[in-house]
Amino acid sequence: MDVGIVGYGSYIPYYRIKTEEIARVWGANPESIKKGLMVSEKSVPGPDEDAVTIATEASRNALALADIYPEKIGAVYVGSESHPYSVKPSSTIVAEAIEATPTMTAADLEFACKAGTAGMQICMGLVGSGIAEYGLAVGADTSQGAPGDPLEYTAAAGGAAFIIGKDNLLAKIESTSSFTTDTPDFWRRPGESYPKHGGRFTGEPAYFKHIVSCTEQILKDSGHEVKDFKYFVPHQPNGKFPRIAAKKLGFTEEQVSPSLLVEKIGNTYSGASVLGLAAVLDQAEEGDKILLTSYGSGAGSDSFILETTGRLEKVRENAPSVESQIEHKHYIDYATYAKYRGKIKKE
Amino acid sequence: MSQEVAIIGIGMTKFGELWNRSFRQLFVEAGAEALEDAGIKSTEIGALFGGNMSAGQFIGQEHLASLIMDHSNLTPQPATRVEAACASGGLALRTAYMSIKSGMHDVVIAAGAEKMTDVLPSRTTGALATAADQEWEAGFGATFPGLYAMIARRHMHEFGTTEEQLASVSVKNHYNGSKNPKAQFQNEITIESVLSSPMVADPIKLFDCSPVSDGAAALVLASAEKAKELCENPVWIAGSGQASDTLSLHSRKSLTTLNATVEAGRQAYKQAGITSKDIGAAEVHDCFTIAELCAIEDLGFCEKGDSGKFTEQGETGLKGSVPVNTSGGLKTKGHPVGATGIAQAIEASLQLRGEAGDRQIDDVEYVLTHNVGGSGGTAAVHIFSR
Repeated sequence: MDVGIVGYGSYIPYYRIKTEEIARVWGANPESIKKGLMVSEKSVPGPDEDAVTIATEASRNALALADIYPEKIGAVYVGSESHPYSVKPSSTIVAEAIEATPTMTAADLEFACKAGTAGMQICMGLVGSGIAEYGLAVGADTSQGAPGDPLEYTAAAGGAAFIIGKDNLLAKIESTSSFTTDTPDFWRRPGESYPKHGGRFTGEPAYFKHIVSCTEQILKDSGHEVKDFKYFVPHQPNGKFPRIAAKKLGFTEEQVSPSLLVEKIGNTYSGASVLGLAAVLDQAEEGDKILLTSYGSGAGSDSFILETTGRLEKVRENAPSVESQIEHKHYIDYATYAKYRGKIKKE
Repeated sequence: MSQEVAIIGIGMTKFGELWNRSFRQLFVEAGAEALEDAGIKSTEIGALFGGNMSAGQFIGQEHLASLIMDHSNLTPQPATRVEAACASGGLALRTAYMSIKSGMHDVVIAAGAEKMTDVLPSRTTGALATAADQEWEAGFGATFPGLYAMIARRHMHEFGTTEEQLASVSVKNHYNGSKNPKAQFQNEITIESVLSSPMVADPIKLFDCSPVSDGAAALVLASAEKAKELCENPVWIAGSGQASDTLSLHSRKSLTTLNATVEAGRQAYKQAGITSKDIGAAEVHDCFTIAELCAIEDLGFCEKGDSGKFTEQGETGLKGSVPVNTSGGLKTKGHPVGATGIAQAIEASLQLRGEAGDRQIDDVEYVLTHNVGGSGGTAAVHIFSR
């Protein structure tokens, strides 16, 4: 199946809040939190931003690289756990904004932090089978962390978009596979503002089991070895988990660290592993092999083996890099953060 | 003269976050290991006494005693659940001991089990807080870290105990736990890592606290006659003491002395005919580091107020004058509350049998175990000998 990425784009909001600032408000020790989570600051969406605006920005950047007519996109999938509407698609707003409508299909996806890679797999199927010429898959979130919850130090905002096609590939997707179980480590019920989580249960039986099993499976099925890859891109809920998972699998720090953005922008949930992939594509050379493994609570992982082409270096300057967006930032205090995130209710 | 009582079989699961195993799997594993160790068949068991604090809250299951008999294939023998918060295991042991001592049974099982990680942490803390006085303590928001923090503050105020000395308890117990393959944590830590761990209730930090754990432990007890017939290396129960105190901390004359510990210890020493100086190793109830400091004073291993220095100087270390919590204690071995009192007796048995591996204390004659419920409303002290 000769499908791959013809365009990718990312978006990270401008605002940041430091771990120290959140710790100050809650009377926590910032050093022990920074050491424990390996996160020093996180991105914060502005008051006029949501998962749809983030998905739209990322999709426009992807189009700038793909150099295709947007109406040729036959499918748009937006994966998020912070869709602005419970009923009313985000994907139609994004599709309209990028002028891909109306001869196309669209749907919203939710699978905690891995809905973006789920969209990539669906697009691979539609494009590979010839049903659609191009498919757009987006992972974008303005994730929620309850005030005072440990999640508040990491729950961040951002997203990345991928246009899947057959020709003019920036990166060929050699294979994909998934590992899925019913594991309730993290959830949010209808009507609730913030998710609940099983504390340490989110680690060993959830994140690690799925990331490691899924990655081992694709390595076995593809006949590749860990050393074949220039980059390993695991889901990154904090700075510690992906490093532990990488070590368990035998990847080196050099293979995993280029994709780890969490220390500077926090966990962007549906955006996290796909932003990591975008960051790696921003610096990869022709012929580099990349192994991406996402993770979504509930729980599942999707792995992808990619190989970059010569076209990547020619077009990636057409949109802002992940790095430039990480550096383009403005710090806000907790009060402003609380206002922007709707934690202060006006009468 | 009533019967002497011996431990002739021991079994326990690894303690920890055993997410893929249910309550019943845990007690069956521990029980089967104890029966195998004793070399007896389940048909020889006369009765079972099981310690469990709060399965109703943790897993929504009551009527545990029959559940255990059912899934251990021990019906129709009688089974009794014993509850005294975190001292449930210690009291199950004592109840089992009395059932043989009275002549009612020849061979019984004393067990303890708790499955704590099936609920969210906030609910775990709330469930544990039901061991405090609901009207006067928990109802106003006090939880055990808060109550023990008040004990620690008072100990620091009265005796000049330092946060470093509290931390030294944790460092020592982690060192011991690193030598215990069944311990929840098997890593060594430093004073600095304790001091820089997140504050829970000033001055108690995260690494001053025992963890939330799943686990089960079981003992086979036998009368002297049966023990001699069935077992080559029986461990004898030389003394058993139990006492109660006010449920609420504020009702006590002193915050830094647990009267129930003092009284239960006095009974056990008297029955064994020994003093604290004869104890070669002890497992004490270190639910928080301050609890170990109070315990070693209340049990007479050092003078009141000296426990901080005593610990800091290594007197309670594996090579000290009275090694305390050779298993790693609750802090490191784990604290599945209902199982703790039984697991302490297992460590005592391993030491007396000479099977404690890298943490073995040489030539140990008497081992003491000390199990506390709540902030000291109940205490059970047992003394074991070869």
